[in-house]
Amino acid sequence: MAERTQKPKSTTSRDTSEVAEAAPAVTEAGEKLKAELDDLLDEIDEVLETNAEDFVKSYVQKGGQ
Amino acid sequence: MALPKVCGLETEYGIVVRGGENNPVTASSMLINAYVAATARQRGRIGWDFEDEHPANDARGFSLDDSLAPEVETTLVNAVLTNGARYYVDHAHPEISTPEVTTAMEAVIWDRAAEEIVRASMKHAQAILPDGAEIVVHKNNSDGKGNSYGCHENYLLARELPFGRLTTQITPHFVTRQVFTGAGKVGCELPGRPHDHIPYQLSQRADFFEEEIGLETTLKRPIVNTRDEPHADAQKYRRLHVIVGDANMSEVATYLKVGTTAIILAMIEDDALGDEWVLGNPVAAIRQVSHDPTLRQTIMLRDGSRATALEVQWGLLERARKYEQSHGLACVGEAVGDDVLERWERVLGGLESAPESVANWVDWVAKRRLVDGYAERHSIDPGSPKLKAIDLQYHDLRADRCLALRAGLDTIVDPADAESAMTNPPTTTRAYFRGRCLAKYPNDVVAANWDSLVFDVGRDPLRRVPMMEPLRGTADHVATLIDTSDTARELLERLGQDA
Repeated sequence: MAERTQKPKSTTSRDTSEVAEAAPAVTEAGEKLKAELDDLLDEIDEVLETNAEDFVKSYVQKGGQ
Repeated sequence: MALPKVCGLETEYGIVVRGGENNPVTASSMLINAYVAATARQRGRIGWDFEDEHPANDARGFSLDDSLAPEVETTLVNAVLTNGARYYVDHAHPEISTPEVTTAMEAVIWDRAAEEIVRASMKHAQAILPDGAEIVVHKNNSDGKGNSYGCHENYLLARELPFGRLTTQITPHFVTRQVFTGAGKVGCELPGRPHDHIPYQLSQRADFFEEEIGLETTLKRPIVNTRDEPHADAQKYRRLHVIVGDANMSEVATYLKVGTTAIILAMIEDDALGDEWVLGNPVAAIRQVSHDPTLRQTIMLRDGSRATALEVQWGLLERARKYEQSHGLACVGEAVGDDVLERWERVLGGLESAPESVANWVDWVAKRRLVDGYAERHSIDPGSPKLKAIDLQYHDLRADRCLALRAGLDTIVDPADAESAMTNPPTTTRAYFRGRCLAKYPNDVVAANWDSLVFDVGRDPLRRVPMMEPLRGTADHVATLIDTSDTARELLERLGQDA
């Protein structure tokens, strides 16, 4: 059925061999990201509005363009 | 060859008053007046001139004047700034339209300047608010309750470009660019659906688009807006008024949004894009793409085949690479164009292999990290107001509250350049003439708009200087003239001699 056919993927711009080579770096980067996220979540606990329910409830805008 | 892609951004900001009377129109006026008063004490108020505004003209060749014309509130605050921007109250929101620029990089710089202007405005407004009250501004596009407000882009196009071809061929980009331009949203605002129908989606705006094409901007929003108001020589130019985008906190996202769109538009102008990626049902597709953070769902193309949003984007990029070879990218700035193509490829590659890897560029990925991380740490269920609070606060422009500023986003604008752009115009368009004249002859300019300045130099009747060519009035053309004209009268006399 025509509806089911997938468009063939374009491959011109991508070099798939790079993905495999990059794997160890990706893991390292992943751990770094996780550590950063932990710090970030600590910070969010500090700066997040104290009464989130009220904040969200009272946030009403008029529609614009 | 495609025209230089002169462009600009208009952002309507969300606004609330905390600890005081929450009237958004009053608050918006107060915000802008506080800024104007603090930055321009020495000069008179320069009004906006509505001579040129025709928002009811339709690009398809008719006008809705009087029937459905969007209202223009002439009594509300409307300031023109020395950086060439317009800062005004639109509906119930403060809005900044950046000056006209010629590259995506310049667009990001003046968009960042607009953010800094809003931050400064909040600070100045604080001084005139009652104790305990605070105006809080968000650079977002929805309140989570079904009310949306826009971040529009504008691009200069040749009048002779057939509007039908433009609509058909630009729509695939508008529908699929969300994968890197989406600002992210907790919840769903589709009419008749519960908020948690979609826990997290790519775009702030996609839920609000109900038509493929049309003149409206505030209801039944169309993916391609037909407002035909070029703010330039209408015989030669169109201005494509793009209402489908999200306001981005990520500088790279704004850069890619404007940069890729400018390139695709140039390709359409040069008839170098073709119909390969034309969509079967764009309104359904824009929601499908936004509602699918896995990026794996396919959307239907006009020929009945299906493709993922990423596949459409790879296809458009491939065409853009060919266009670069055949036509060059001078119309978007060669260096910026090259950089946009390279980053476009990197962002698609990242989204395809591991979206987390582009959390430093893409707002919806950066925001989702915060939302998911917070939910996991505190064992919060999807649908909790706490998670919606993170969504909102991502866009909070108060530096001490803004979560986007803490999300690890890459920056590409030197803060000194953003600060300079708060008061200085770009040198590459007629915005230069507008901004410099406002700064140098503040008492002699009585009104301004996109395509003219009106001077009052005493005994003569008011003098209107038309600026129908967006690429005239640049620093190259008029810097020396303005530098060496001590008065507006002298400037006008010398302009008259040149003409």
